[in-house]
Amino acid sequence: MNIFQISWKNIINKPLNATLSLVLFALGVGLISLLLLLNQQIEEKFDKNLAGIDLVVGAKGSPLQLILSSMYHIDAPTGNISLKSARPFLNPKHPLIGMAIPLSVGDNYKGHRIVGTSPKILELYDSVQIEQGRIWENVFEVVVGKVVAEKLDLQLGSKFYGSHGLIDDLDLAHDDVDAFKVVGILEGNGSVIDQLILTANQTVWAVHDHEGSESDTSHHEGHAHAMDLSVPLTDYPEKDITSLLIKFKSRNFQTLNMPRSINENTDMQAATPAIEINRIYSMIGDGEEALRYLAFIIIFVSGLSIFISLFSSLRERRYELALMRVMGASPSKLFLLIVLEGIILAFVGYTLGILLSHVGMSIFATQMEETYRYSFSGWEFMKEEGYLLFGALGVGFIAAILPAIQASNTDISTTLSEG
Amino acid sequence: MLQTQNLTFSYDENVRFQFPDFSCQAAENCLLLGQSGSGKTTLLHLLGGMLTPKEGSIIVNDQDITKLSSAQLDRFRGQNIGIIFQKSHFVRALNVEENLILAQQLANLRPDKTRIQSLLDRLNVGHKLKAKTDNLSIGEQQRVAIARALVNQPTVILADEPTSALDDINCNEVIALLEEEAKNVGSTLLVVTHDNRLKEKFSNQILLHSQQTA
Repeated sequence: MNIFQISWKNIINKPLNATLSLVLFALGVGLISLLLLLNQQIEEKFDKNLAGIDLVVGAKGSPLQLILSSMYHIDAPTGNISLKSARPFLNPKHPLIGMAIPLSVGDNYKGHRIVGTSPKILELYDSVQIEQGRIWENVFEVVVGKVVAEKLDLQLGSKFYGSHGLIDDLDLAHDDVDAFKVVGILEGNGSVIDQLILTANQTVWAVHDHEGSESDTSHHEGHAHAMDLSVPLTDYPEKDITSLLIKFKSRNFQTLNMPRSINENTDMQAATPAIEINRIYSMIGDGEEALRYLAFIIIFVSGLSIFISLFSSLRERRYELALMRVMGASPSKLFLLIVLEGIILAFVGYTLGILLSHVGMSIFATQMEETYRYSFSGWEFMKEEGYLLFGALGVGFIAAILPAIQASNTDISTTLSEG
Repeated sequence: MLQTQNLTFSYDENVRFQFPDFSCQAAENCLLLGQSGSGKTTLLHLLGGMLTPKEGSIIVNDQDITKLSSAQLDRFRGQNIGIIFQKSHFVRALNVEENLILAQQLANLRPDKTRIQSLLDRLNVGHKLKAKTDNLSIGEQQRVAIARALVNQPTVILADEPTSALDDINCNEVIALLEEEAKNVGSTLLVVTHDNRLKEKFSNQILLHSQQTA
């Protein structure tokens, strides 16, 4: 039986006091750790999905909304732009633009967005490869992301109907047109593309042109079915797309001025991802800072509760401390005994807190995946959590130090005479 | 053995105790009698090394404990002096066995569970080995306290009013027990009391007068 065990037994001998301190400690540590986890994983996702995109061009509206809808696929698009106005950006000979990817967004299948685009989009996301099958060659052929394939159990050759809008709603299913057919499945690469169903822009038009002609007498004739993917998009100036993802050949003074010139001279808007994402970070940052202060206050209170419970237990235990002195314990041993109690409480509280935050993060991750189709992980550990451990042990030590000094100063004779 | 010489102590300027010289030989039983206020407890604390005298010497087992440093005194006390207090107190988070193990460990001795078990058995509380001390009766607590004082086979056993709360039957029993156990481990037993019932049981008696001088 060493001094550590005696400290431990003293703690569990007062389960209610210990529980209060532990719950407070776990809450404080848990909250901080959860914030760290969220912050890190959100930033990781945002950064990964930046995908080297320099500019997003779309309909006028909120630039942040444009970025979120076109790059992160978590908000509704700002509207459509006509190919006529987008045509200059799609010109392969454009002196500044290295790559321009058109997006047609608006449908989903079981909550996963169907994105009409060009095959070049794969290059944006670390040149993600097609794991099985091939790229689309005809309208209604789709390539699905890894997560989509796994979650919706889609294989090559699977057929399904998309539904209108960006949330899963069976009433809006496009079941009056041809079904989509899976011709390719992407390898997983951890970016948003895992969560998407990709197809040609023409497929999206075909679905919606048909919808437009529903009141028409020429029902089910579907001229859109005849669309030829070899014809460049720019040959359909009357059609709309949602937005363009643009990558410059190189950044220079002209590219720097391009967003302003688009915003001022056209009916489209250009948004710079880096700027908008920094805005998000600073918005999240404010809330996070407030929560972090709250967490530090909780940890302070838990330290206080350890201090109070140790201090008040000293009153009850002064006789047994004096007794331990009589039996040969040195003052420093009593000091260690009490300090250890504080440190053990802090350590157990810390462990519970970390457990709490990671379990919380796992639950949160499942929810996030359903709502935003982003995969987060509850079981990644960070080096910041190691620093947090030292902080926690420090709080336990500081909370215990005054009671410990008092314990080590126990006057044997006076205490024992009080009987 | 236990011996004092020219022992004085004062809590402050006004309260000064002067104690008579006395000695108890090894394996001898002594009774220290005195009324309340005669400085009995003070003397006991001096003998136990819990207070430092103003003058004089206390020799326990050929060692003048007034000459020891506080760290040496802590160790010496744990190994050589067993003290039984008027009221039994224990480390409440620990059970009976753990309290006795603690007494061995704090004295830097190896835990000896067989000795603990046999000691408790002799004192008729062997079945309380794993009990929390709060759940013992007063009588059982006192027996466990005696066991704790004896567990390290000390040179000197100091007992502070061990019988004051007991009826005649229990009083006789406890004194018999103390004498027997002291004999078993070959210790000097010093009982400090104002209990006149004990007078006829001890041949070597030291009388403390109310000699507190203002």
